[in-house]
Amino acid sequence: MLLLRLSGHETDPEDNMSHEFLQTLWFILIAVLWIGFFFLEGFDFGVGMLLPFLGKNDVERRAIINSIGSVWDGNEVWLLTAGGATFAAFPQWYATMFSGFYLALFLLLVGLIIRGISFEYRSKDPNPKWRHTFDWMIAVGSFLPSLLLGTAFANLVRGVPINQNMTYTGNLFTLLNPYGLIGGLTMVSVFLLHGSNFLTLKLDGDLRERARSASKKIYWVAAAAVVLLAITTYIFTDISTKIGINPGVMPIASVVVLLITIYFINQKMEGWAFVSTGLHIVLTQIAFFTLMFPRVMISSTNPDWSLTIYNASSSQYTLSVMSIIALIFVPIVLIYQGWSYYMFRKRITADKKSLVY
Amino acid sequence: MDPVTLSRLQFGLTTVYHFFFVPFTLGMGWFVAIMQTRYYQTKDETFHKMAKFWGKLFLINFAIGVVTGIVQEFQFGMNWSEYSRFVGDIFGAPLAIEALLAFFMESTFLGIWVFGEGKIPEKVHLASIWLVAIGSNLSALWILLANGWMQHPVGYVIDPATGRPMLNDFFALITNPKGWIFFWHTIAAGLATASFMILGVSAYHLARKSNIDLFKRSFQIAAIVGLIASVLVFLGGHTQGQYIYQTQPMKMASIEALWDTETPASFSILTIGDLSGKREVWSLRLPDLTSFLACNNFTCTVRGVNDIQTEYIQKYGPGDYIPLMVVTYWTFRLMMTAGFLMILLAGLFLIAQRQPIENAKWLKWVPWVIALPYVANMCGWLLTEMGRQPWIVQGLLKVQDAVSPNLTTLDLLISLIGFALLYGVLAVADVYLMKKYAIAGPDAAMQESVDVTPALIGTRD
Repeated sequence: MLLLRLSGHETDPEDNMSHEFLQTLWFILIAVLWIGFFFLEGFDFGVGMLLPFLGKNDVERRAIINSIGSVWDGNEVWLLTAGGATFAAFPQWYATMFSGFYLALFLLLVGLIIRGISFEYRSKDPNPKWRHTFDWMIAVGSFLPSLLLGTAFANLVRGVPINQNMTYTGNLFTLLNPYGLIGGLTMVSVFLLHGSNFLTLKLDGDLRERARSASKKIYWVAAAAVVLLAITTYIFTDISTKIGINPGVMPIASVVVLLITIYFINQKMEGWAFVSTGLHIVLTQIAFFTLMFPRVMISSTNPDWSLTIYNASSSQYTLSVMSIIALIFVPIVLIYQGWSYYMFRKRITADKKSLVY
Repeated sequence: MDPVTLSRLQFGLTTVYHFFFVPFTLGMGWFVAIMQTRYYQTKDETFHKMAKFWGKLFLINFAIGVVTGIVQEFQFGMNWSEYSRFVGDIFGAPLAIEALLAFFMESTFLGIWVFGEGKIPEKVHLASIWLVAIGSNLSALWILLANGWMQHPVGYVIDPATGRPMLNDFFALITNPKGWIFFWHTIAAGLATASFMILGVSAYHLARKSNIDLFKRSFQIAAIVGLIASVLVFLGGHTQGQYIYQTQPMKMASIEALWDTETPASFSILTIGDLSGKREVWSLRLPDLTSFLACNNFTCTVRGVNDIQTEYIQKYGPGDYIPLMVVTYWTFRLMMTAGFLMILLAGLFLIAQRQPIENAKWLKWVPWVIALPYVANMCGWLLTEMGRQPWIVQGLLKVQDAVSPNLTTLDLLISLIGFALLYGVLAVADVYLMKKYAIAGPDAAMQESVDVTPALIGTRD
């Protein structure tokens, strides 16, 4: 029945897939895309930031890069898909956010560009200076997006100045408020921890131990940042009026899961340590999107001018068509991407002969 | 400069730059896949080296195409928020589908292809390069369907409440003839771009008598594909011309610098306009040819710029509906010249192989042909986009009404200069590596990097 409607039919208001249901569905789908992106690219960013510090020589650095070499590009597509899905399902959200966070996104793009190029180009020339430069570009290109996305997400939930025409009226410095910066630093430190946990799981030998001790140090910074973010969320957002003093299971679990990570790290339970930072990222994002819902851009100028899933969305027809496409292709993507992780599941040793350049 | 001009400059710069790398990716993927398939079938080491060597150039080029593609997706919202609001119900869908269907596929399988050799079953490794080639060409299809809609909007009704187009026929959107003709034209152009790169680089090595067998095979396959692809590009372009004549008559007239309606219409070989580029001073013309380009016969009427301008003022209100003719006129002629040269040269290269080609004196000049498809690609893109001016969506929305209202000149200067500098540096790194690996030859491509083994670094830090 829905397939028939693909060709030139008027939207039927009696249709059982109501507009409101589809708007909620697409809010959830976009949330899932961001969660997938932060979980996957979170450790890529962490590994990238750690690269110049953990790898003492060229072979070690190559081993670190190879731990994410086959997957980082596919992981980044989660971001592109989140962007595309936002454009298709909530064009007003896409337009307001992308034009509003203009310079922040410009810097994010610079970060992603120099990082992506460096993975491919750093080993194409043997000159140590060349490689050194690209290694640092990987680190900076991983740090910038983590900082900026953390800052942007904290600002989304805090609210940003938006006028009655859905247009952002602030500038870059509007985003650099204390809560925004706490959000940015939290994301950087959590990704560092997620990355070092991933490396402990993925590498072998001396490098693995070095990654483990990095995890132990980074843990304390990340734990402090997460607790600080949790507390300040009560000051800077409307959580206490919208959800209540008791924030519910997800946010509490997200903090607890991060705090107990140190146990797994100390017990050398590498798999569990990685799962717990991953779970923390997932739960934090669920808490974030729950607090946002049904708003997608909160106006700090006037709450009535906020963008919601209702006033920012595409038509019922567009959402129905996109739902069918997502229903068919999202599972396929998940299967082959999951399979690609399975294929490269072996640990990587810093041994020149076994490394792919 | 005003925000509209700055945003246009930035979009033009980043798009043309992105498209500098894309056609090569689109075409070379198929070549590498075919070479690796031949290796899989025959176990002939020469085919293995071919796949590795051309694959290396493919990868160096691919990286820039990917990272500059992210910018494209973000820029619609960043610089053209009013456009995004206006077309979001329609235009976002193909972009989201492009990411979901194509980007995931090419990125995931590229990772498997690069890191999988010798670690995963050979069949899987072979399948992955085919999936990379299919994925990147699929991505071209969806972005061209999106662009096709901007040139020729279909499958929509105007929402009376907002005045915005609303999708009401998804099937019409994905079968838009404009998008499919674009796709044909672009895919063939991609194959031609890769072919001429292979011809040029192979000739360089043949002239130096290195790896004669490998480069002769490469030269041969590239001459055949290059000829077919160049002819297909021409036919696709010709079909496109007739479609433009029906759907975008102003673009057609401005390509031909045709001021007044003519029956049949002549083709201008050379027109000199005044300094504004909008008034003709003198021209040299061939009779009837424009009629052929527009309608596939030598007799039809082709409407001139002045007529259409008058009609558009009545239809859309006062304004200047004439594109910058100096650009549309000259990019078309440059593109055509490059295209015809490519057909001619590919044909000659094919014939020349009857004799032992490695002894030919002219081989050392062949690397220059690499530039031809790049010139044509760039001109084609500028032509189709600037020929649509002043519209961003033909007949529905003008560029001046599409820009983000919140951006300041300073914002735009920072990003424009930032992108220009960054892209400039990337271009230097890309050309350096492409040249280095192209010259170093197949044996070096089997190694991690050219020259010497790396010294241990980082002992200082």
